[in-house]
Amino acid sequence: MSRGVAETMGAGHRVEDELFLPGHLGCQGCGGALAMRMVLQAMGPKTMLVIPACCWAIIEGPFPYTGLKVPVLNVPFETAGAAAAGLRAALDAKGKTDIHVLAWAGDGGTYDIGLQSLSGAVERNDNILYVCYDNEAYMNTGVQRSGATPEGSWTTTTPVRTPKDRPKKNMIEILAAHRIPYAATATIAFPDDLAAKVHRAKEIRGARFLLIFAPCPTGWRMDSRYMITISRMAVDCNVFPLYEVFDGDRYHITVEPKGVPVREYFQMQGRFRHLGDREIEQAQKRVDFEWRRLLHKAMQEPFGM
Amino acid sequence: MKKVIMGNHAVSYGVRLARAEVIAAYPITPQTQIVEELSEMCSDGRLKAKFVKVESEHSAMACCIGAASAGARAFTATSSQGLALMHELLHWASAARLPIVMTNVNRALGPGWNIWTEQTDSLAQRDTGWVQLYCEDNQEVLDSTLMAFRVAEAVRLPVMIVYDAFFLSHTYEPVDIPSQEDADALLPPRKLEKGTFMDIEDPRTFSNMTPPDYFMEMRFKLERAMRRAKDEFGRAAGEWKKLTGRDYAAIETYRCGDAETVLVAASTAVSTARVVVDSLRGKGRKVGLLKMRMFRPFPYREVVDVLRRTRKVAVLDRNISFGSGGIFATEIKAALSNVPGHPPVYGYIAGLGGRDITPGTIEEIFDRTDRNGVPDDPITWIGLKP
Ligand SMILES: Cc1ncc(C[n+]2csc(CCOP(=O)(O)OP(=O)(O)O)c2C)c(N)n1
Ligand code: SF4
Repeated sequence: MSRGVAETMGAGHRVEDELFLPGHLGCQGCGGALAMRMVLQAMGPKTMLVIPACCWAIIEGPFPYTGLKVPVLNVPFETAGAAAAGLRAALDAKGKTDIHVLAWAGDGGTYDIGLQSLSGAVERNDNILYVCYDNEAYMNTGVQRSGATPEGSWTTTTPVRTPKDRPKKNMIEILAAHRIPYAATATIAFPDDLAAKVHRAKEIRGARFLLIFAPCPTGWRMDSRYMITISRMAVDCNVFPLYEVFDGDRYHITVEPKGVPVREYFQMQGRFRHLGDREIEQAQKRVDFEWRRLLHKAMQEPFGM
Repeated sequence: MKKVIMGNHAVSYGVRLARAEVIAAYPITPQTQIVEELSEMCSDGRLKAKFVKVESEHSAMACCIGAASAGARAFTATSSQGLALMHELLHWASAARLPIVMTNVNRALGPGWNIWTEQTDSLAQRDTGWVQLYCEDNQEVLDSTLMAFRVAEAVRLPVMIVYDAFFLSHTYEPVDIPSQEDADALLPPRKLEKGTFMDIEDPRTFSNMTPPDYFMEMRFKLERAMRRAKDEFGRAAGEWKKLTGRDYAAIETYRCGDAETVLVAASTAVSTARVVVDSLRGKGRKVGLLKMRMFRPFPYREVVDVLRRTRKVAVLDRNISFGSGGIFATEIKAALSNVPGHPPVYGYIAGLGGRDITPGTIEEIFDRTDRNGVPDDPITWIGLKP
């Protein structure tokens, strides 16, 4: 049984036990910052982090400081998968097989520029856990569209007159197609579910991937106090369903959504404010379709069973 | 033990003797046999390294960066397009002060596709903070591979071993394979100083945002390490000579004592030039040869000491920096520029894209240098078709 957030962060928890030190440089209400705190708490101190260029390269703090109580290796933007694989190989060569290698990248570093090196590591089944904290745009450079930006969204490179006209890539499907041993989605609004998934990932050998929904109040044009609310709504309206995939074929939905209309989710964020009824209806249709498809996969007989 | 092996396999033997711990590589002609042989060695247990079969050269270097950051002895090999693809990471490896060793088999960059030798690929990476050593024969390739790890780890900088496509990579020559004992004596296991590697007992953040307050000193230290690399190479070469009798230095001179015209060259063209120097000497011509083994750090003092005494300097470049000239020539000119009354430098470009550099090519270079005044143009093309 995995430990829930009550044990890892709740009553009896001491600040000194945190692996994420106070005073980080993220914006107020940064989902990516909280995601790191939760994941590290579940990973424990025998973890080495690999961080490519992304907001987290700022959040961690500048030289000569460190914002985390585990070793951190910063690497170029597109290399998280390969650099983590190299770190893993070195640790294995030295017999330090009990140390976890945790690659931690933004959506740009995962869906776009880093996709190749991630694909290589997953195809080789390198023994690493790769976490993408997904804020659905290039935030570090000032909110430009990425392959993870949802259709209809405003960003600085998709202005409201011509918003993003293609759907978000389905990263979990891309990895499932690699037959990755474990891939899952998670969000900070469901911390027990998130912690359980990290623990599950920790127990599996080979490549593992976690996609964490990480609201960015700055880039999503919303009030930072709604960071948790919006995370929960994303799940409840099926925009970001919580599920896991084993070996690319066994799907398991971990949280039942409440079925909130997408409109309510959109209305809370400035990045969707320009959308009219027709676009919102279209988005709802797309979300419904994807959800049915996911349900179908979750009900399918697994391979070889 | 002597064995007749190709240049590429000389690297593989060197990497095995160096007891590399992590290898990450991607195939490209003319480098492929290096990694094929290393794969064999890893698979039959002769080499206990983790071989990561990456999906690109870019990831090969990223993987070496990850591995070396955790204190492992890391190796990769590439050529041309592969090296160019790594460019961003080459800067990263040196500035992160990682002692990675890489072999680059010189091959022309396309287009058009060309798999034959040319030095432009490695020389275009001269500003990336990598030590560069150019090799003339297969023995030198093997010995340099061992010395490369030694120098890299002594100064915490990456080292690139460079040699010609086909003329060396695929050419079989007798090579004395050093004993593991001798290799270990030159190259003990990598020493890890506290605070320089990813260590769970001593958590630190590496290569994070570095403000202007600190950045320049880091670059100053990198440059200082680069200069120390020359001394460390000298030290390693001295020990290697005691162990094997083979002698290496940053540069080598051949019949330069009373030479009035000295030709500067690197890689296999040096062997050809040696023959030409002998034949011209036989005809009473006062010619000599300077072989550049080390290109980074640039051995200014050694080069100037030899060239200041001669009347004319000719430089053979199998490479080109467009809009400037041959890269060795440019650097030799810079080295001499503050020497009062320095000899003029004649820059020759020949052998691009694998065209042969024959004794005739080199004779023509000596003839033109002796006969002509200093050319206005920094480039004189040799062997160009009309
Ligand atoms: C090769 C390269 N191209 C571009 C950049 C500039 N850059 C740094 S971070 C970044 C965007 C990061 O976006 P993402 O991965 O989504 O993380 P986020 O900042 O949103 O957390 C970009 C474009 C870079 N560092 N390297
Ligand atoms: S811009 Fe967004 S992702 Fe970046 S630190 Fe601020 S809130 Fe976090």
